Amino acid sequence: MRPGARVPGTGSAGGRGFPGLAGASRGLSCPSWRREKAPGPPRPAMGLLSDPVRRRALARLVLRLNAPLCVLSYVAGIAWFLALAFPPLTQRTYMSENAMGSTMVEEQFVGGDRARSFARDFAAHRRKSGALPVAWLERTMRSVGLEVYTQSFSRKLPFPDETHERYMVSGTNVYGILRAPRAASTESLVFTVPCGSDSTNSQAVGLLLALAAHFRGQIYWAKDIIFLVTEHDLLGTEAWLEAYHDVNVTGMQSSPLQGRAGAIQAAVALELSSDVVTSLDVAVEGLNGQLPNLDLLNLFQTFCQKGGLLCTLQGKLQPQDWTSLDGPLQGLQTLLLMVLQQASGRPHGPHGLFLRYRVEALTLRGINSFRQYKYDLVAVGKALEGMFRKLNHLLERLHQSFFLYLLPALSRFVSIGLYMPATGFLLLVLGLKALELWMQLHEAGVGLDAGGRPGPSAPLPPAQGVGLASLVAPLLVSQAMGLALYVLPVLGQHVATQHFPVGEAEAVVLTLLAIYVAGLALPHNTHRVVSTQTPDRGWMALKLVALIYLALQLGCIALTNFSLGFLLAATMVPAATLTEPHGPRPLYAALLVLTSPAATLLGSLFLWRELQEAPLSIAEGWQLFLAALAQGVLEHYTYGALLFPLLALGLYPCWLLFWNVLFWK
Amino acid sequence: MAAAMPLALVVLLLLGPGGPALAEPPRDSLREELVITPLPSGDVAATFQFRTRWDSELQRKGGLSVLLKADRLFHTSYHSQAVHIRPVCRNTRCTSISWELRQTLSVVFDAFITGQGKKDWSLFRMFSRTLTEPCPLASESRVYVDITNYSQDNETLEVNPPPTTTYQDVILGTRRTYAVYDLLDRAMINNSRNLNLQLKWKKPPENEAPLVPFLHAQRYVSGYGLQKGELSTLLYNTHPYRAFPVLLLDSVPWYLRLYVHTLTITSKGKENKPSYIHYQPAQDRLQPHLLEMLIQLPANSVTKVSIQFERALLKWTEYTPDPNHGFYVSPSVLSALVPSMVAAKPVDWEESPLFNTLFPVSDGSSYFVRLYTEPLLVNLPTPDFSMPYNVICLTCTVVAVCYGSFYNLLTRTFHIEEPSTGGLAKRLANLIRRARGVPPL
Repeated sequence: MRPGARVPGTGSAGGRGFPGLAGASRGLSCPSWRREKAPGPPRPAMGLLSDPVRRRALARLVLRLNAPLCVLSYVAGIAWFLALAFPPLTQRTYMSENAMGSTMVEEQFVGGDRARSFARDFAAHRRKSGALPVAWLERTMRSVGLEVYTQSFSRKLPFPDETHERYMVSGTNVYGILRAPRAASTESLVFTVPCGSDSTNSQAVGLLLALAAHFRGQIYWAKDIIFLVTEHDLLGTEAWLEAYHDVNVTGMQSSPLQGRAGAIQAAVALELSSDVVTSLDVAVEGLNGQLPNLDLLNLFQTFCQKGGLLCTLQGKLQPQDWTSLDGPLQGLQTLLLMVLQQASGRPHGPHGLFLRYRVEALTLRGINSFRQYKYDLVAVGKALEGMFRKLNHLLERLHQSFFLYLLPALSRFVSIGLYMPATGFLLLVLGLKALELWMQLHEAGVGLDAGGRPGPSAPLPPAQGVGLASLVAPLLVSQAMGLALYVLPVLGQHVATQHFPVGEAEAVVLTLLAIYVAGLALPHNTHRVVSTQTPDRGWMALKLVALIYLALQLGCIALTNFSLGFLLAATMVPAATLTEPHGPRPLYAALLVLTSPAATLLGSLFLWRELQEAPLSIAEGWQLFLAALAQGVLEHYTYGALLFPLLALGLYPCWLLFWNVLFWK
Repeated sequence: MAAAMPLALVVLLLLGPGGPALAEPPRDSLREELVITPLPSGDVAATFQFRTRWDSELQRKGGLSVLLKADRLFHTSYHSQAVHIRPVCRNTRCTSISWELRQTLSVVFDAFITGQGKKDWSLFRMFSRTLTEPCPLASESRVYVDITNYSQDNETLEVNPPPTTTYQDVILGTRRTYAVYDLLDRAMINNSRNLNLQLKWKKPPENEAPLVPFLHAQRYVSGYGLQKGELSTLLYNTHPYRAFPVLLLDSVPWYLRLYVHTLTITSKGKENKPSYIHYQPAQDRLQPHLLEMLIQLPANSVTKVSIQFERALLKWTEYTPDPNHGFYVSPSVLSALVPSMVAAKPVDWEESPLFNTLFPVSDGSSYFVRLYTEPLLVNLPTPDFSMPYNVICLTCTVVAVCYGSFYNLLTRTFHIEEPSTGGLAKRLANLIRRARGVPPL
């Protein structure tokens, strides 16, 4: 407020001490000990003794320039992020791993016809049996010389999955192990093909079998290779991985594995749905935003170039010209898509589940669009053969290259050191605002203190005490709301289905939304009961706590999943900073609602489809939003994705605190 | 699958007394032998026994050593060489001894690589050689082919040329039948000037579950993350009705800190209490953990032995040059007397084929097996030795500077000092001033 105004009054408490120093130590809000010391002779004063004049000047600067600084910092953060796709910040990728870099291998795979016939047989058997033809797969894998095992699993989802139309899931994974000659089965590579409920991906199974047959005839393998065909997409993969590592993370019931092949070093997943492909798309984003080592992607890119394959990232073609503006702009779209995908925290392919076990993995998807040049299975098979041969050369796990990166294109990346400042600037806004509030609170406290109880008698500690007590209720209430949001939808689905004409999945989503909205209507006047302070200090203290809470959460999220942290920071920070119970409150309320986590999710969906050049209508968007909510909850229970608990238990309560601040009376 | 490794091509070279133990042999005798066994997996196993000096000169003269062609032998799934030397009594009173030198070579041929995906095999396909003549120095030169299935059912497989004699024995608790081809028998080679043994499957055994031995084991590391983990060993007893004890010996490096209280042994869902446990804890950098247990394996069961561990953080000079490869944990060793299905009669080792010595039989009802499980690869928490080192240095510097100045501020005591008399210059100035009669500074 008026930082300099109270100095002479407080200075008298210091006796013969320096007046300025006394003010400063009072400013540190621990003046209780001064009581005894005050009448004595000049004693050595302890504490943080900086030049009070300069400190005060700095404080005044922060207070006066707070708004411009905040705006500047926010704009800098956003601008930094947008600049990430431009050359000084993006770098060319390069192969770091010695064992994979220096030599090329000669691909000899010619089994395209074999792959097609395997695929036809597989599809036919699959249509006949209506499920994964386990016996046929076992027989075929054995006939190409693998050691074959099966694993059955079952899982009851917490509520029906309407997107994939499944609830009680039981299936069988089939896997064959190619034992490396003269090796002791200590290391292995995995080649996996997920099979969903429909009969897509049979070409991938065909290619897997043909590659297995080809690999079996070679003697250069130093690592075992596991050929894994999973049922029910990722559920099968999760069941297999948990059984392989003998852990139970998600409550999956599965039979133990009979055959193992040591520590898995790397994995490649393949999804193909036609005999010819026009391009290969690569997915790297895994569970909770984990990424595989960049070298694995470099490896894929190397063989794309060698085989002349058209490779895409996020379904986008690779820009060639990085000197003009077009390349980086296209790169920015790809980057944004990657950020959205990574922020969602869901595994974008079976590879995403491998990352938890520190198995570097990626998913390749064959895309068949209306382009002129098409590649047959031989080309894809050769690329895969090359990748496996190079992975076979590995002496250590992939560890040389980056684990934390963003990709504007296949051949370009942004390393963590370059993208982190973007979040840093955004979080600085919260820090600046918190600092301002803290100073204001502090000044207010000093003001009260000096006005009410002048003189050297014992002053109350200024800002704490009463202020904190008034914060307990809103904090508890919002945190309880978050807990309800996390627990109730799944727990109460049966009650909901009994009383309302909805299905379980609908019930969960609607309960979720209902609780979310109900949080807004909670009584926000709890502070009245306890608070006797001036109203300003109450909301300021609450906002201060909320700001610090938000900054801490966003900081932690940004460290583990940059995309999520940045997305949330970019949306939540402005509203969080602006919110206060004075001024244009409807405007603030609208802004807050628009930037709440759920609204961010909705907005992200629209942005995502917009970037994919498949814009959504409002109704479609809403449907997609509801589906995304259900998927988010399901993925938490089935794969252990952390986005749902994070939003429900962390960010939503925090956001409610700001809502509380807004309606502080 | 530790137990699935069968013997393949064993070459035994014997220099020493052969023939009847009672009669003193006139000279050192040489025996050579090749045993070929088709494996359940479709690969081919064979046992050679030589009584020749194992050098190139003899190889040119013929005999089984002709088949030892390096580029074929190293094109296989597995090979193992061994040399045994032991004293052998020349007579019953053991007044004179001679020395026996035995050389063995075991090779497993991968049927898929040598046989282009078929399970048929022939000597030529495996070794790219055929047998043309016996070793001139050998007193015995034989090829044994395991045709256990053949004798049961003529329809499944065919051996060419058809064997003249067969030999039956109990190997690892089951009765096996071998076709015997004696190279010293002139008729064997003279018919076609060379001997190319062939085996053809008439009806390829489809979907046949591979035969598993009575005792086999599997070992793996479970869990994820770099803090904790679990060592699990699965012991399979597939014997339909006999339980037998197994001695399990585990030696675990010290940097996996075992929690012995988490040791659990379960068979068929129930806790299995070992009748004997010996545990010697590790000492950091000095000795590994040693854990030895005698466990009773119930009939037809899987026993899981698991123990949790914590991964230690090594000193940074203790990491190997390739720390991200992981650290090897040596196999556990299983020793057991496995009950036989068929009672074996005690054999006279001098009379019976040489490969019998590979399967020692203590008494008729059981046979001894020692198994080594697979070695494990465990990742320890590994610092990235390049970049973070710089980061750590930088951060530490920054922290040290900040901490230093903060600490300084927090602990410094401030006095109000009376203005001192000043430095030397001031005193000098004052002297001058006093001399001039001006008030001092």
